[in-house]
Amino acid sequence: MSYFGDIYKGIKTLLTGMSVTGKVFLNNKNNSITQQYPDNRETLKMFNRFRGEVVMPHNEKNEHTCTGCQKCEIACPNGSIEIIWDRQIDPESGKKKKMIDQHIYHLGMCTMCGLCIEACPTDAILWAQNYENSVYDRSALTKVLNQPGSKIMPGVED
Amino acid sequence: MILSINIVENNMLNMLLIAAIYLGIFSVAGLFLVLLERKVAAWFQLRLGPNRVGPWGLLQTMADALKLVSKELTGTVKADKFLYNLAPYFVIISSLMALAVFPFTQEFQAFDINIGIFFLIAISSIGVIGILLGGWASNNKFALIGAMRSGVQTISYELSVGLSLVTMVLLTGTLQLSEIIEVQKNGWLIVQGHIPAIIAFMIYMIAGTAETNRAPFDMVEAESELGAGFHTEYSGMKFAYFFLAEFINMFIIAAIAATVFFGGWLEPAWLTPLGIAEVFPAIGVFWFLGKTFALVFLMMWFRWTFPRLRVDQLLTLEWKYLLPLNLLNIVLMALIVWLGLTIQI
Amino acid sequence: MDTNIANSNLKSEDYFINMGPQHPATHGVLRLLLTIDGEIIKKVEPDLGYIHRSIEKMCERDSYQQIVHLTDRMDYLSSHINNEAVCLTVENALQLEVPERVKVIRTIIGELTRIASHCLWWGVMGMDVGALTTYFYGFRDREMINDIFEETCGARLTMNYNIPGGLMFDIHPNFVKRTKDFVAHFKTKIPEYDKLLTGNVIFQKRMKGVGILSKEDAISFGASGPVARGSGYSCDVRKYHSYSALDKVTFNEALKTEGDSLARYEVRIQEMWESLSIIEQLIDNIPEGEHKVATNAVIKLPKGEFYQKVETARGELGVFINSTGTKNPYRLKFRSPGFSNLSLLNHIAVGGKIGDLVASMATLDLVIPDIDR
Repeated sequence: MSYFGDIYKGIKTLLTGMSVTGKVFLNNKNNSITQQYPDNRETLKMFNRFRGEVVMPHNEKNEHTCTGCQKCEIACPNGSIEIIWDRQIDPESGKKKKMIDQHIYHLGMCTMCGLCIEACPTDAILWAQNYENSVYDRSALTKVLNQPGSKIMPGVED
Repeated sequence: MILSINIVENNMLNMLLIAAIYLGIFSVAGLFLVLLERKVAAWFQLRLGPNRVGPWGLLQTMADALKLVSKELTGTVKADKFLYNLAPYFVIISSLMALAVFPFTQEFQAFDINIGIFFLIAISSIGVIGILLGGWASNNKFALIGAMRSGVQTISYELSVGLSLVTMVLLTGTLQLSEIIEVQKNGWLIVQGHIPAIIAFMIYMIAGTAETNRAPFDMVEAESELGAGFHTEYSGMKFAYFFLAEFINMFIIAAIAATVFFGGWLEPAWLTPLGIAEVFPAIGVFWFLGKTFALVFLMMWFRWTFPRLRVDQLLTLEWKYLLPLNLLNIVLMALIVWLGLTIQI
Repeated sequence: MDTNIANSNLKSEDYFINMGPQHPATHGVLRLLLTIDGEIIKKVEPDLGYIHRSIEKMCERDSYQQIVHLTDRMDYLSSHINNEAVCLTVENALQLEVPERVKVIRTIIGELTRIASHCLWWGVMGMDVGALTTYFYGFRDREMINDIFEETCGARLTMNYNIPGGLMFDIHPNFVKRTKDFVAHFKTKIPEYDKLLTGNVIFQKRMKGVGILSKEDAISFGASGPVARGSGYSCDVRKYHSYSALDKVTFNEALKTEGDSLARYEVRIQEMWESLSIIEQLIDNIPEGEHKVATNAVIKLPKGEFYQKVETARGELGVFINSTGTKNPYRLKFRSPGFSNLSLLNHIAVGGKIGDLVASMATLDLVIPDIDR
């Protein structure tokens, strides 16, 4: 009788489904995929290529490698990068040279596409792996990447 | 146990006291059930569940309840104010009333009437009026669809709940819950009635899940179809009443099954020779709650595994499958009782 | 919309109901204006535009490198394949031959994207028919793919890993091992999916014979991807206009002829198996070589019109570029699969219940930002 056959088959499929969830239930201690986020800050490590925010590394003498070529500014699709620059006399060569005053980065507008970092000829800007970027005030998302008083590393040319 | 009560001999004050105790116990129990559901759901779903408020998240639902109490009660402008406000109380009161007749142990029973099963079936179907009222009075189309579905669903599944219990009443010959348990001293009814009793139990669990409007029968709320169904327009404590009532109803359905099929507060037969129950009768509460929570867990297991039925399939299931099977089952049970084929331990 | 209501000759028992833009089943900000008689759907009118960001217009002011990252935000579940589409168009226009290594990596990541997208779809599909647990099981497996992406591309969703001329950087050293681990893991999980949902009697009843779409209708509505293949319309771009390294692999096009929701569901499950097999064929023989070829810093396409189509997880994505020879396109048009598939909704949902509408909408696998762009 197909009537009772249907009932039997139906119940069987239901029990198969319950066995799947039941197994997960019993192994929950090992299976759980949740991260206890604020508690695991110490152990939570992003991958090296993770795109957290754009930073400009400085060495111990407070020197960066940004020549102010503005390639990142041109590469950026939405104007997240603004470079304020000037021509100053380079103390070493004595010639006039393009130097950055401020490398401004609007984290609030950035879409993390990575085109600026690809475009940079001197690797002056890099991805940082931080992931806690929220702030209370929108203006805090506009960052000046070069530290105050920093200079370009000697010998870096476009 | 201390609460030996006979309704006729006690005065008003006593009754009020007992009512207050029951209300207190079961609102806390309802909150605990919500927590249990969330924990069980999490464990089925590879999650950890609430674990921030209190140890192991035990106070989570308390915090939720506090939040709900302090929330603003919003409503629709064109709602029927009186019915809109009445609905949640209807639902919660009817589910709390049903608790009165359960025998937790031999002597811990508030209200031992001789039509216990009948009372339970009757009371548990009043709750749907609250849902209908709420859905209608909210003046929201989603709520109205949810309410209408609930009406259809409860009318249908009420039959199956009733008939599967009637099957068991054939065995016991009484509707009084304390006497039903007395009969089971010769073996739980699911053992006594063997095949028809097992069928009746399965039908009862399916219909009972539908009766409480839980998945896979949650047509009433069906959040992927109706948003929140009948309680779309409720907020704060009024929503909490609906929510709590759902969980208390689940407890009630499981408790009826534990009482009627699994011997209520009776300990398993293989434990009887140890004589724990005679020395310490209150252990019955443990057995009763243990059985009930096992069945509650089963209902949660259903909920977190199965997809939802469509509204017409819901009715097909009832009228084409459960009801004819149930009627056949009653005949089968009658034959078994008549021929004396029950298993007595 | 209001005038429609006023002018329509409604029978008294019909009523309108507004599903969305804030509704759990519309997966985002799609608004459906339903005409319902009791529970039965009479008419479904999709109302779009709630997440329109004018990506096509923005493309006209962007350089070709910059356009790529905008396509991440269209169909965000197959972002890599969208990127690939733009890159392929630009490379074809420039007649640039990318290294073999790039082609293979693009294909592997593209198929991983497809599996990730189908995992999420499977979870949400279950959720739409009421089985909430499937969502987490789908995400468990998708998470592994996202980790692979994050390690190699640096992002989990909007990857922007393709650039015209190749890939932004080479794959991570762990990529091959992680992908193999995933393939081994996922092979044990698809049968679990079948046990939990596909075989379930309730699910079968919900899906079988619901939302039927005939092959003729699928073609005339412009359906593509698993939706069309569920109706027996063989249209896999990977087969017929193969791109990247897809001509080097053998795979079967998942095809069903029933045309109902269950057929579309099974096509997607089948596609996951096929994608796994494609990955397995390629993962061990990624050729050595460069990860990109040098292009000019400012890419100028020759004057003319260029079209390239790819198979995303949802169907056929076409990129049309009209170039006047400058560094920006004069006009860029995306033929998105979601838009055409959405147009079917009224056709397949009418006559069903509200529950059927939700179930058939879930099998169309709509991503609203892909529809609006």
